[in-house]
Amino acid sequence: MSLTIDRATALRSAIIVALLAFVLVAIPHFVGADWITTFTSVAIYTVVAGGFGVLYGRVGMISLGQVALLSIGCWVGTRLAYATSIPFPLLLLVVGGITCVIGVIVGLPALRLSGLYLALITLMFAGATTVVLSTTDFPNGGHGFLGRTTNVDLSGLAPVRRPSWAVADTAYYRYTVIVAALMLLLVLLHVAGKPGRAWASIRESEPAALAAGVNITLYKMWAFALASFMTGVAGCLLAAQIGVPRAITFQTQDSLTLAATALIGGIFSIWGAIVAGVFNQLLPFVFQVQWGVNPNFLLIIFGAGLLQVLLTAPGGLVEQFPKDMANLGRLVLHGIRKLTGPRGGAS
Amino acid sequence: MIEVTGLTVRFAGVTPIDDMSVVFPGGTCGLLGPNGAGKTTFFNVMSGFVKPASGSITAFGENLLKMADFRRARWGLRRTFQTEMAIEQLSIFDNVAMIHEHSGAKRSSRRADVLAAIEFVGLTAPPKAKVGGLGARERRLVEIARAVVGRPRLVLLDEPAAGLPDEETGHLAEVIKKIPGQVGAMVILVEHDMSLVSACCETAAVVDFGKLIASGPTAEVLRDEHVVRAYLGTEDVL
Repeated sequence: MSLTIDRATALRSAIIVALLAFVLVAIPHFVGADWITTFTSVAIYTVVAGGFGVLYGRVGMISLGQVALLSIGCWVGTRLAYATSIPFPLLLLVVGGITCVIGVIVGLPALRLSGLYLALITLMFAGATTVVLSTTDFPNGGHGFLGRTTNVDLSGLAPVRRPSWAVADTAYYRYTVIVAALMLLLVLLHVAGKPGRAWASIRESEPAALAAGVNITLYKMWAFALASFMTGVAGCLLAAQIGVPRAITFQTQDSLTLAATALIGGIFSIWGAIVAGVFNQLLPFVFQVQWGVNPNFLLIIFGAGLLQVLLTAPGGLVEQFPKDMANLGRLVLHGIRKLTGPRGGAS
Repeated sequence: MIEVTGLTVRFAGVTPIDDMSVVFPGGTCGLLGPNGAGKTTFFNVMSGFVKPASGSITAFGENLLKMADFRRARWGLRRTFQTEMAIEQLSIFDNVAMIHEHSGAKRSSRRADVLAAIEFVGLTAPPKAKVGGLGARERRLVEIARAVVGRPRLVLLDEPAAGLPDEETGHLAEVIKKIPGQVGAMVILVEHDMSLVSACCETAAVVDFGKLIASGPTAEVLRDEHVVRAYLGTEDVL
């Protein structure tokens, strides 16, 4: 069997490798510590947006509870990091697995519900998670199931451990980017394979998928399992990034913001998930820390962006931006031609 | 051979199929009738989307109604829909491969089988081309390729010529005609285009108000006075 790679695939691979090299090597050289922390968050939220993209972009199931799942991953990761000494990569897998089970249970209504109803159910799940978290708070190394003690001075809390070779912020940033890239690769492998084709079929038409022999229940659950696994892993990465996670970090509306930014970025593409991560984490940092502007203004921008996506650009920025640039290029070219006048004489 | 016996479907107060008994002997069979006669409902029963109130369907000696809906594709049932359902996001190859994957056919022969199905329907667009960029005729052909891949036993085609100009239905007729001989599957064709039915179907059954009103060789059925009345009505033309 011969392996042939077409030019488009080769070009895409080259861009991905170049981007990864830039993100892993160049960025840490040029930016300060606070930027590195922000870029770590961007990588984490890219994974969460990728999970949302799997559910909505690939299967057509809208889930507004993804940040709630992230907080569950963060909680489980924190608890297990304090209670056990398992290696960090294994911890990521275990937390991903546990969050995956919880996500599938949350996704069970998806078998019967769709559209707005599924969105409402998952939003209620996000609200319930916020309530439970604010009541129990995050583990801090105490005893019992909750792993929480109130007798600890905040400054005396040991942070959630990081991998032994990625304790420093820059090293942990690189570690996070690599894990995020692996998670996105996992999505790509699914999308290019049998599950991706079955999901596309379900998204196009459930009756047609059924007639094609697709086990709709299985593949919907599979999508929830994959999205939840990824989000769980992201939650564990976040726990180690924050060090001492707090319930206040996760608000119900964050799930809505994530959905909005994922839609603005583009839910049909991995690049859209990256744009969503940037919108979700980098823009608030730039607004608040760099420019001193209230980041709540971003909600207005996200709202306008969401409206634009819903009305004119269902593929999000990653599809719209190149088209806009091409149109702009044509306009400029047209303008230049007009200015320079027609060339050549009549024959 | 497909034997339908005493099939009745009820939706609340409506009975789209009313104690219908019909035999489709094999080859390419037409299933005709005016709008609302119950043809698509019959296909929906065959696909498992609709549970009949009573009756039975025996397909090649097996009780079709006992099979879980998503298992019928693995058994060998394929269908197309009135509205074209090829998946826009996927390539032609992936559209057809997706059916092969769930048909129970061997993985090792997937590539060859998929390419053979694409060639069978006469699609000239590259297999890697996205279906979203194809025209109506080509999309219909992708649907037929999906219906013939992976050793089907029974292919249900629901108005495959809908929306196509006359000059393009000729090629479609050629493709449909060779399905029984080359693919080895029986075809039931629902269609309003009588030239397509005449060109493809050796036998035809006509339903009206959920009841069988005629069946037999296509030419005879199309001349049947009940059939003419069902299509044209009974009022005198002034």
